[in-house]
Amino acid sequence: MNQPASAYFIEERHDPSETHTLAVLVQNEPGVLARVIGLFSGRGYNIESLTVSETESQKHLSRITIVTTGTPMVIEQIKHQLDRMVPVYRVVDMTQSGRAIERELAMVKVHGVGEHRVEALRLADAFRARVIDATTESFVFEITGNTSKINQFIDLMRPLGLVEVSRTGVAAIGRGPEGM
Amino acid sequence: MSETSHKPDQMTGAAMIVRALIDHGVKHIFGYPGGAVLPIYDEIFQQDSVEHILVRHEQGAGHAAEGYARSTGKPGVALVTSGPGATNMVTPLTDALMDSIPLVCITGQVPTHLIGNDAFQECDTVGITRPCTKHNWLVRDVNDLAKVLHEAFYVATTGRPGPVVVDVPKDVQFAVGTYHPPRKSDVHISYAPRVKGDANQIRKAVALLASAKRPVIYSGGGVINSGREASKLLRELVEITGFPITSTLMGLGAYPATGKNWLGMLGMHGTYEANMTMHDCDVMLCVGARFDDRITGRTDAFSPGSKKIHIDIDPSSINKNIRVDVPIIGDCGNILGDLLQVFKAEAKKPDVKEWWQQIAKWRGRNSLYYRKNNDIIMPQYAVQRLFELTRGKDTYITTEVGQHQMWAAQFFGFEEPNRWMTSGGLGTMGYGLPCAVGVQVAHPNSLVIDIAGDASVQMTIQEMSTAVQYELPIKIFILNNQYMGMVRQWQQLLHGNRLSHSYTEALPDFVKLAEAYGCVGLQAIKPADLDGAIKEMISVKRPVLFDCRVAALENCFPMIPSGKAHNEMLLPEQATDEATAAAFAGGKALV
Repeated sequence: MNQPASAYFIEERHDPSETHTLAVLVQNEPGVLARVIGLFSGRGYNIESLTVSETESQKHLSRITIVTTGTPMVIEQIKHQLDRMVPVYRVVDMTQSGRAIERELAMVKVHGVGEHRVEALRLADAFRARVIDATTESFVFEITGNTSKINQFIDLMRPLGLVEVSRTGVAAIGRGPEGM
Repeated sequence: MSETSHKPDQMTGAAMIVRALIDHGVKHIFGYPGGAVLPIYDEIFQQDSVEHILVRHEQGAGHAAEGYARSTGKPGVALVTSGPGATNMVTPLTDALMDSIPLVCITGQVPTHLIGNDAFQECDTVGITRPCTKHNWLVRDVNDLAKVLHEAFYVATTGRPGPVVVDVPKDVQFAVGTYHPPRKSDVHISYAPRVKGDANQIRKAVALLASAKRPVIYSGGGVINSGREASKLLRELVEITGFPITSTLMGLGAYPATGKNWLGMLGMHGTYEANMTMHDCDVMLCVGARFDDRITGRTDAFSPGSKKIHIDIDPSSINKNIRVDVPIIGDCGNILGDLLQVFKAEAKKPDVKEWWQQIAKWRGRNSLYYRKNNDIIMPQYAVQRLFELTRGKDTYITTEVGQHQMWAAQFFGFEEPNRWMTSGGLGTMGYGLPCAVGVQVAHPNSLVIDIAGDASVQMTIQEMSTAVQYELPIKIFILNNQYMGMVRQWQQLLHGNRLSHSYTEALPDFVKLAEAYGCVGLQAIKPADLDGAIKEMISVKRPVLFDCRVAALENCFPMIPSGKAHNEMLLPEQATDEATAAAFAGGKALV
């Protein structure tokens, strides 16, 4: 007899998922990135993109930019969970503030000869991508922009001999004179 | 943090650890020695300000420290060695994290130059304990040690309390550095938990409470953690509003069980009146509880018609499971104080007479009913007798996890906070016995009873030896039904009564076992023997293992079946085989 059962109340939720970019200011100390990443894996949150670097070396502060997806309730949880970690100074939801600029850098290697090569160069020019390495049969382009622009460029390069892509992930900053 | 006026001092890392314990007022620590903590043990040997209690397994040290903390409101301290010492602490650390117990755990580590080398008894302690602590530290420089130790105590005890780990490599214990007493700058400036509630939110809450027709107060462990003052204020709030009050498993004792507004515990095995009141209320005041899944039943049917006020010190508890209308972030006691002030100044006692009449009808269902038996001890009866015979005594209760835990929560009435120690969030079998050890260390002249199950108690039974060594007269009251009762109950209700591995074929003779450990063994088999044996247990001034043989197949009711809401409880008188099968079959579609 098949009798599925559980000690837990299992409910399906159908709230739509949203994508948010979070800026997290942390004390730059050993293990801090592991704490942040561990929180995401441990609680089953998504990381679409993550960038981290020290931004204020005198104060030992690093800035982590995380792009994540989830229902509004989950996004709220993520922010609170991050904020209560001991070495986390501030968490700002760049998407919620609606006044953020997001940029990403990608290096895109394309292999091709003849017409493909010419087409790749033409498209690169249209996207304001720079050639930072070239051989007679390949290019490495450097492109900066928001995520969708980069995705679009990569999609266009695919049939023209895309070899590989290296992306930095998203960095974000608020518009206007105020800091975070 | 207090600013005491010691002069900075040169000493070894090991000496700093003992010195820091003294500076934080620590009187007792629980631990187990090993290679990587020998310098610290050498320092402990040469002083007598801090008494060390030697347990028999590191897990026992952790749970004992939890019991010590929960029953005193002070942080519990454990000291263990590297590798297995640290990994054995993972269960109590996780337990303390789930139940918000302040715990400071110091672990030894292999010397810094060997870290990462797969050295003997090495493990990545900070890596392993990162998800089961509020925060943790690996100290690589002896000159950071004082700062880290002070911060550890501060983080463990402030905000939402929790466990912390300080991992100290052996060379750092030997190295000489500068010690300083606790000071503010020891703490990350990013760590600043909010204590005071927002005045506007409190005003909104008071307006809601004053307009309520069908209110309920739902309190939790946060009230206990906030301190005795919070319980006092909660009682005062109940008094001046006249509202009914229920509590989570962790919150028992904040409001007295003999109080006239007490509904009993709520949740999966809570009373019918508590759950119905939650379901039908129009205003809910949640104080220091977190809408846990054992409490809410199915969340989309949880108290559908109510406005909800939620007081919690941890912002991440707000809107985690249940959307609330008025969140107030801060310390329960602090906010209750402010809320009372505003209520007294601006609000009148609402008329809730009709609501109480409705509640009286629900109470009339007598949801804790069970069939009495003259030949077999019913487990509920055993807890009731234990409660009656210890009434008026200075009693602390700990439990293991399972049916006996729920029966203890249902049938043992708590009048004061900090008297009830149980593993609520993690549900750790084996918690109660070492916990009782810790409670008895903190309260040497009190009556400390572990209400246990025959399966749970065997998980940490070695701590009997600790109780004997330190002459701790704990009482281990085993409701022995020879099953893992809660597992068996679920198997009966949900898995076609296929009792897969929930029966213990070879239980020890608990009386002989007690004697082997140098404890007193008692047994009761018939209801007629029970009172005499309990009285004897209470009067003996030594540790007692009490084998109380109870009805083997009794189930714990009332119960919210899986996938059901608060108003769909299964009551004991309805729990015929057919009704039970039907109630659980309905939930199948959801799972």
